[in-house]
Amino acid sequence: MRGFVITVLALLTGLFCSSVIFLPEIGDPNSAPNQHITPVYISQSEIDTGSPNIVTGTLADYRGFDTMWETTVMYLSGLTAALILSKSTMGRRPEKEDDYE
Amino acid sequence: MMKDPFGGILLNIAFRVLVPFTLVYAVYVLVLGETSPGGGFQAGVVMGFGIVLARLILGERATIFNIQMKNSLVLAGCGTFIYTLAGWLTLFGGGKFLDYSFMPVHMEPAHEMHALGILMIEIGVTICVMMTILNIMDAVVERSDDDGRAE
Repeated sequence: MRGFVITVLALLTGLFCSSVIFLPEIGDPNSAPNQHITPVYISQSEIDTGSPNIVTGTLADYRGFDTMWETTVMYLSGLTAALILSKSTMGRRPEKEDDYE
Repeated sequence: MMKDPFGGILLNIAFRVLVPFTLVYAVYVLVLGETSPGGGFQAGVVMGFGIVLARLILGERATIFNIQMKNSLVLAGCGTFIYTLAGWLTLFGGGKFLDYSFMPVHMEPAHEMHALGILMIEIGVTICVMMTILNIMDAVVERSDDDGRAE
């Protein structure tokens, strides 16, 4: 089982590493994202969002739904850290039943 | 809470000066985040740093900044709720979710409503980040106070 998992992980890593050469070069003006979405955001950001800051306009207005769930992920990570580290036994397995591993 | 202040008297006096400036700078970063570099995440980190610093200096005498862990958990959830509430307000105003042109407040240029919505979600993000930092610090401190040493 362990050898199988290692083999699958090695195959997937090789697959992803070999697909890097198909990515567009950084700063290439002819790549698809630089031709389609970036000029629209740069030229329309202040008109659409009213914010002179393109970063804020993109993060809070164009990508507001994304940022909402980023905030939720941060809240959940803090909650998980508190549950793991604190003394209370809330949400923990009972200690008697730890013989099923 | 932490039993002892973290440094000697020199460090405590020197860092005591930093706390109010840190808090004011956090509010500056939050409010001006729309027009200049900054925003909710950064303001939350700076504000959390200010409160952590105040707690480290004051030690167990920290009654002003002594937010209990259950309260900080609830407040972090409230920050996330404020963000989502902005989305629901635009829904009730007749638009799509998080489309700030439909905030149910009438302001003459549409940019002002966008600014109001962006400020609202950034306040929510700030509260969530600050309370998450305090929450993790509380958990670590409670664990290390339990047996006298950090594990």
